[in-house]
Amino acid sequence: MATLRLKQERLGPLRRREARAGLLFTLPWLISLLVFTAYPVLGTFSLAFTEYAIVDTPRWIGLDNFRTMFQDDPAFWTAVRNSAIYAGLSVPLRLGLALGLAMLLNLGIRGIGIYRALFYLPSLVPPIAATLVFVQMFSPDYGPIDAAFQAVGLPTIDWFDDPSWSKVALVILSLWSLGVETLVFLAGLKDVPSDLIEAAQLDGASRWRRFMDVTVPMITPVILFNLVIGVIGSFQVFSQAVAVGGTTGEPLESTLMFMVLIYRNAFSYFAMGYAAALAVVLFLSVLMVTLVIFRSARVWVYYEGSQR
Amino acid sequence: MKRAEAADRIATTPPRIGSVVTVQAPAMYRIRRRLAPFLAHAMLITVAALFVLPFFWMVASSLKDNRQIFSYPITWIPDPFRWENYREALNYPNFRFLRLLGNTVFYAGGVTIGTVISSAFVGYGFARLRFPGRDLLFSLTLSTLMVPPIVTFIPTYVLFRELNLTGGYTPLILPYFLGNAFFIFMMRQFFLGIPWDLSDAARIDGADEFRIFWQIMLPLVRPALMVVAVFSILYTWHDFFGPLIYLSNQDDYPLSLGLFVFRGQRTNAWDLIMTGSVLTTVPLILVFLFTQRYFLEGVKMSGIKG
Repeated sequence: MATLRLKQERLGPLRRREARAGLLFTLPWLISLLVFTAYPVLGTFSLAFTEYAIVDTPRWIGLDNFRTMFQDDPAFWTAVRNSAIYAGLSVPLRLGLALGLAMLLNLGIRGIGIYRALFYLPSLVPPIAATLVFVQMFSPDYGPIDAAFQAVGLPTIDWFDDPSWSKVALVILSLWSLGVETLVFLAGLKDVPSDLIEAAQLDGASRWRRFMDVTVPMITPVILFNLVIGVIGSFQVFSQAVAVGGTTGEPLESTLMFMVLIYRNAFSYFAMGYAAALAVVLFLSVLMVTLVIFRSARVWVYYEGSQR
Repeated sequence: MKRAEAADRIATTPPRIGSVVTVQAPAMYRIRRRLAPFLAHAMLITVAALFVLPFFWMVASSLKDNRQIFSYPITWIPDPFRWENYREALNYPNFRFLRLLGNTVFYAGGVTIGTVISSAFVGYGFARLRFPGRDLLFSLTLSTLMVPPIVTFIPTYVLFRELNLTGGYTPLILPYFLGNAFFIFMMRQFFLGIPWDLSDAARIDGADEFRIFWQIMLPLVRPALMVVAVFSILYTWHDFFGPLIYLSNQDDYPLSLGLFVFRGQRTNAWDLIMTGSVLTTVPLILVFLFTQRYFLEGVKMSGIKG
């Protein structure tokens, strides 16, 4: 404190005025950080060790919430499994498809603006509306997907009403709205220096080799970005899952995602303490997965100009 | 083989820098070059058709009655077109579109105004003013980007409940008037790009910081403000979780939540559910058509972080 004051006294009057203005300009955000970030984060972490039915005061119960979660709440493991399957399918498929679309857009042919807009448009559709459209479209007998399946002799699938297919249907839904990832990939592809690719071409590298050995390494930072965003997003999928299966994860808890479980405990059962404990588990899992990705990125991400 | 020879020829006679290298390509190669754009278009059109199909199905279904929706084999083009769906949806008892639209515009407007003002204000402070603790505060700001909203949700809800503010839009809008980490970061990057001479000159002329911000800086970052505005609108239009938790009166619901509740009440009214979906989506598509440039700019900005 003392050193800080000393330092301030050494500032000239102009610098002092600037510092005052700077603090004034950032003051709203400082308040927000304290009230809407620091306080609630600490709050969640401490509520996780309490029983709190919102009407009465929180009661300290130590690690009981976590014990319940791991030992006595089958819904917890169901939600973990559902979220893991969903993320495990959705993230890589979205990455691959978005990269594929970006490469098509990057071929340098005419009318790219229109295709780009068409690929981006689905990302604008509000998730609830998009989900309802997909539920309608994938309905057996009355939807175009089943009509196409029947036309080529594939069996009818009950997609959103069949517990073994409902997550796949949600993953397909997630593939519709990858406009942002596609545009980010496209920007990355445009930054790949064309002389590198031409040099490889002159050296007789095949199209595949050029892609794997020049393009992919050059866009690894963009892959990393999309991967991290994708993982964080898919762990937190909520609207789509609730629009399909409500808070019970119909059919048969197959769409009970982790966020739905948190919501159900907090706002249907008003078990705020238990919900906070679940939120802590979700946060730590996302954080861990992200850290593992960043750690591994040291090996597979290429940063131009860096010394590694 | 032939291509390798061509490559050798180029390698032995280096072209002048900037000149266009033309190689006499073998016939096969030339045909492939001509054919490639066609193949690319064919692939793009196929993929684009798949992406458009849900839009087509949504609009087509919104113009059918339930008899056509549940017809087997399926009806692709509505016959007859049932435009009444739209007239009914405008003031349908369980889905009063005009009311829901008004609420959504209010929600989106509040969040957008709050976010634009606060993130420009705070972003300016971080970019152009020196004060003790600034860099620490800024790195804290960036680290909050890694905190998923659910981690702050429960205590925030309890806080607003204790203040008796749930059941209305205050908890959904108020926090945005204090700033948003990502947009503050974005505005800061924009403000950093403005030459220092401009503000120095004004400072020498005796203008105070607020006037410099308001009269000199803000007009220069208008495109950035547009990016922030457009993404705030998109975010609130899509938001379902927030309204679901904070609002209790069906008359206050925004479109997404209204559509969800309507579907819960009229599980099989797929004609009207699809009409509602179209009506919920169309305003955003209109915004996109007029501001496409800012959407693209914003996506590029989000990628810079990576």
